[in-house]
Amino acid sequence: MVDIVTSHHSPVTSKKEVKISIRNLNIWYQDMQVIKNVNLDVEKNKVTAIIGPSGCGKSTLIKSINRMLDMIPEAEVGGTILLDGQNIYDMDETFLRKRIGMVFQMPNPFPKSIFENIAYGLKIHKMFKSKQDLYFKVEKALKQAALWDEVKDKLDKFALDLSGGQQQRLCIARCIALEPEVVLFDEPCSALDPVATVKIEELIEDLKKNYTIVIVTHNMQQAARISDYTAFLYLGNLVEFGPTQKIFTTPQNKMTEHYLTGKFG
Amino acid sequence: MNSRKVKEFVGFAILRLATFLILSALFIILYFIIIRGIKVINWQFLTHKPCEGMTSGGIFPAILGTFYLTLCAICFALPLGVAAAIYLVEYARQGRLVRIVRIGINNLAGVPSIVFGLFGLAVFVKYFGFGVSILSGGLTLGILILPVIIRASEEAILAVPNSLREASLALGATKWQTIYRIVLPNAIPGILTGSILGIGRAAGETAPILFTAVTFYSAKLPTSIFSEVQALPYHIYALMTEGTHPETQIPIAYGTALVLLFLVLGIDLLAIVIRRRARRRKW
Ligand SMILES: Nc1ncnc2c1ncn2[C@@H]1O[C@H](COP(=O)(O)OP(=O)(O)OP(=O)(O)O)[C@@H](O)[C@H]1O
Ligand SMILES: [Mg+2]
Repeated sequence: MVDIVTSHHSPVTSKKEVKISIRNLNIWYQDMQVIKNVNLDVEKNKVTAIIGPSGCGKSTLIKSINRMLDMIPEAEVGGTILLDGQNIYDMDETFLRKRIGMVFQMPNPFPKSIFENIAYGLKIHKMFKSKQDLYFKVEKALKQAALWDEVKDKLDKFALDLSGGQQQRLCIARCIALEPEVVLFDEPCSALDPVATVKIEELIEDLKKNYTIVIVTHNMQQAARISDYTAFLYLGNLVEFGPTQKIFTTPQNKMTEHYLTGKFG
Repeated sequence: MNSRKVKEFVGFAILRLATFLILSALFIILYFIIIRGIKVINWQFLTHKPCEGMTSGGIFPAILGTFYLTLCAICFALPLGVAAAIYLVEYARQGRLVRIVRIGINNLAGVPSIVFGLFGLAVFVKYFGFGVSILSGGLTLGILILPVIIRASEEAILAVPNSLREASLALGATKWQTIYRIVLPNAIPGILTGSILGIGRAAGETAPILFTAVTFYSAKLPTSIFSEVQALPYHIYALMTEGTHPETQIPIAYGTALVLLFLVLGIDLLAIVIRRRARRRKW
């Protein structure tokens, strides 16, 4: 086993605006510690990629940000996560999840119509004034997710009849319909073919203007293509974190270099 | 042929024979009941009261009584069973207590139905003072089918993929909103299937209503849930055991059995149709 250098994260200077600040984060599943003292600042309106080998805790880390870990009774979280300086555990979790949306690895549209999929969150949060307003917001979300042209004539069709890539864009539309501030992606393309993947990547690129994005990915080329910052996670430790360019060209840590050159993982 | 092939051949032959025997048992039952019962069945038989000391006339009051009893049973057992299932699957911490509750429910399913009858007599008829009535019998039948409904509902709720719950929660829905808007609508076909099988079971039971709801003969149709009623299974039982003119009453009993049989088979068929419909829409 190679030694692990802990949290070599780049200092965030004052002119950058920090959206999410993770401090001394430790997460256990029963007695197994899967996140070990992670410190990480996510910059506003940038794409932060989390990479690392399977089982290193990427999903666990990203799920802690919108408190989806609350669902798992055996998960225990220590440390603090701040959203705009406010502790996420001081917020109502439903309101937190409205502000921090999430897109999952497997497209998981509801077995309802395309329209109802998008309308669901808007209804839950009573975010529309009239029927027209609801329709308008659904349309806007579908347009932002670059899905509108494909589905505008069949909004009442069953969402599960869409292709995998369309389903994933529907899930993205469903998420951004709520106008969140942050969108978390957990390997959003791993179930998709290359063409659908490119579409999602372009979409993420586009969403960056309005949203802060955190994306977990297995695919290092993908991280290099779309992210501004990259965090390398290994066995629950944040081994290296910095601007993507720097991580990929001049990694400071041997482990990172080995991983990026495909020596393991 | 080598010995492995022979073994396979013999094995399959035995399995095929077993299947065939089961099927033929079903058809033999159907055949005998139909042959003996069909003679008395006509429109009159289904829509009229018995007359001349149960030696002629129809079985309409018994059909109506069975309908009321099962309706009462399902109105009681369905909401309670679904609520229990939701609690057990979605809310309860999966620990020792839930395990004990599950064992309890399973054991409830194994209690002989006559014991439910005695329980209903003691609790509903006597203690709550509902008397021998549709209400007492319906509640007793309701408890009898509760395990069926709870188990079917639990399975249906568990079959809803977790990814849908995650999707809903991640959008900021509360747990209750998620259950109410996502889980239950997707579980309803399964819950219905289980409930309909429960109805079939309730319709055919004699013992639970023996002391709690039924009467051999009542001159008028039930007027409220506190009326006593006639019921199909008990009608058969009464005709065969208390009848004074077996030569005319036994055919009526077979006719009644035929009606009951088709009622229960029809109900089961409905459950199958609903299940197949639901299966077409898969995630
Ligand atoms: N609910 C759970 N209970 C117990 N252990 C868990 C649970 N979920 C995940 N783990 C364990 O925690 C570790 C980290 O899991 P996690 O899903 O965060 O990894 P990951 O980096 O996302 O992996 P992958 O790339 O395969 O998705 C793994 O060893 C996993 O087995
Ligand atoms: Mg993962």
